[in-house]
Amino acid sequence: MIELENVHKSFGAKKVLQGVDLSIAKGESMVIIGGSGTGKSVTLKSVLGLVTPDQGRILVDGQDVLQADRDAFLARFGMLFQGAALFDSLTVWQNVAFRLLRGSLKRPKEEARSIAIEKLRRVGMKAEVADLFPSELSGGMQKRVGLARAIAADPEIIFFDEPTTGLDPIMSGVINDLIREIVVEMGATAMTITHDMSSVRAIADKVAMLHDGVIQWTGPIAKLDDSGDPYLDQFIHGRAEGPIEAIR
Amino acid sequence: MRLLSPLAHIGRAVLGLLAATGRVTLFAIDGVSHIVRPPFYGREFLAALLNIGWLSLPVVGLTAFFTGGALALQIYAGGARFSAEAVVPQIVAIGMVRELGPVLVGLMIAARVTSSIAAEIATMKVTEQIDALVTLSTHPMKYLTAPRVLAALLVVPVLVGVGDIIGIYGGFIVGTQQLGFNSATYLKNTADFLEIADIASSLIKGCAFGGIAAIMGCYFGMQSGRGAQGVGQATKASVQAAAVLILAANFILTSVFFTT
Ligand SMILES: Nc1ncnc2c1ncn2[C@@H]1O[C@H](COP(=O)(O)OP(=O)(O)OP(=O)(O)O)[C@@H](O)[C@H]1O
Ligand SMILES: [Mg+2]
Repeated sequence: MIELENVHKSFGAKKVLQGVDLSIAKGESMVIIGGSGTGKSVTLKSVLGLVTPDQGRILVDGQDVLQADRDAFLARFGMLFQGAALFDSLTVWQNVAFRLLRGSLKRPKEEARSIAIEKLRRVGMKAEVADLFPSELSGGMQKRVGLARAIAADPEIIFFDEPTTGLDPIMSGVINDLIREIVVEMGATAMTITHDMSSVRAIADKVAMLHDGVIQWTGPIAKLDDSGDPYLDQFIHGRAEGPIEAIR
Repeated sequence: MRLLSPLAHIGRAVLGLLAATGRVTLFAIDGVSHIVRPPFYGREFLAALLNIGWLSLPVVGLTAFFTGGALALQIYAGGARFSAEAVVPQIVAIGMVRELGPVLVGLMIAARVTSSIAAEIATMKVTEQIDALVTLSTHPMKYLTAPRVLAALLVVPVLVGVGDIIGIYGGFIVGTQQLGFNSATYLKNTADFLEIADIASSLIKGCAFGGIAAIMGCYFGMQSGRGAQGVGQATKASVQAAAVLILAANFILTSVFFTT
C-alpha cells in the first residue's frame, strides 16, 4: 500500500507538485499519465526518497518513507528510470545483476549471471548481449536492460518510468505483457508512467492523471473512456483543443 | 546604504566561503567515515588504485624528471654567482623531496585524477546513475567516494616517493652528463644530505594532497548541476579547488614541519 498525502514539491520558483493525493493498493497496477513536465517522474522519485517533498507525507505500508530504514525499504523496490540510468562502467549482465552481486541479496557470481541472463530473456534480449557494455546498445535496448535490472531481485513494488518509450510496437507488446505478468503472477505492486495509450489499457488496473501539480482524475481503467472529465478526455484522445493548453 | 554595499558584498562572499568550507568539511568527514564502515567495495578500490596510482606514473615521472633536470641547471647557474656550484646535489635533493616532488605530483593528480573523478561522478549524477545506485540499495558515498579517497590516500604518497626519486635522478643526469659532477660524489652528497624527516614530510604531504584531490573530485561531482554544462562546471570547479587547496595545504604543512 502506497499513500501520497498532499505532496508538494518545487524546484526554485517552479512549482511542480502542488498537493498530490494518491493511493495504490497492494498488488495493484497503477498507471500515471499526464503531460510532459507535469512531475510524473518527480512523483515516483519522491516515493523512493530520491526527492524530498517540501510538504506532505508519503507512506508505504503505513510507514513514512523518509523515516524508514533505507536498506530494508529499498530492498523491496525496483525502479526503471526514464533514461535507463545503466552504469556505463559495468557490462550488461553486471548491471542487471547489480543487486545480486553485492549487499544483502548477494549470491555466487555464476548464479547471479544466470539470473541476469534469464531476466534479459524475459525482456526479449538474447544472452549474447550480456557481455556488452551499455554504450554498445541502442536506446531501446538500454531501456530493456534497465527493465531487466529493475525486476532482477523480484521486488514487491516496481516503478516503471516510460517502459515502452523508444521501443518498436512488437517490443512494446512484449514489455506490456511482462509488466502485466509481474503484477498478476508475482503479486507485485506497480506504478507505471507512460504516454502510450495502448500500454495504459494493457497494464493498468487503475489510472491517475497528473495535471497542474495535482491528480486531476483517478479511477479504474474501465472508467477511462466515460469519465466525463474534459482534461482526461482531451489527453487520452490527443486533441490539441481543450482545457489543457498545448503550450506549457 | 550605497557606501555599505561593498561591505555587504564582502560579507556575503565570506559567508558563502564559510558555508562552502563547512559543506566540504562535512562531506570529507562523511567520505572518510565510510572508509572504515562496511560494506567495502574491493573491486572499486582496486580500480581506483589502478587509475590513480599506476596510470598516473608516466605523467608523474616525466614531470619530476624534467623538473629535477631544470632545477640542477638553475642551481648550478645561480650558485656560480657566488662560487657555490658544488651544492647542486644537496639543493636538488632537498628541493625535490621537501617541496617540488609533493607539490608537482599533487598538482598533476589534481589535473588528472580530480578532473576525471569529478567528470565521471557528475555524469553519473546527470544521467540518474547515482539515483539508480540508491534504489539498488548501494550508498553512493560508500560505492563511489570511499574507494577513491582511500586509494588516493594510500597511493599518492607512493607516487610522491617515485616522483622524488625520479626528480633527483633528473638532476643527477644533468649534473653528471652536462655539469661535470662525478656520479659517485653526486650520489653520496645526495644521500648524506637528506634526512628521514625530509622524506617523511614528503610522504605526509603526498597523503594530504591525495586526500584533497580525491575528495574535491567526489564533492564537486556529487554537487553537479544538470546537463552537460553541469558536468563541465563541476569538473572545472573541482580542479580549481583541488589545486588551490593543495598549494595552501603545502604552505601550512611546510610551516608546521620546517619552522623551528
Ligand atoms: N532535479 C531537478 N532540478 C530542477 N528541476 C527539476 C528537477 N527534476 C525535475 N525538475 C523539473 O520538474 C518538472 C517535472 O519533471 P518530471 O521529470 O517529473 O516531468 P515528467 O512529468 O516526468 O515529464 P516527462 O513526461 O517529459 O518525463 C520539470 O519542469 C523539470 O524541469
Ligand atoms: Mg518523466
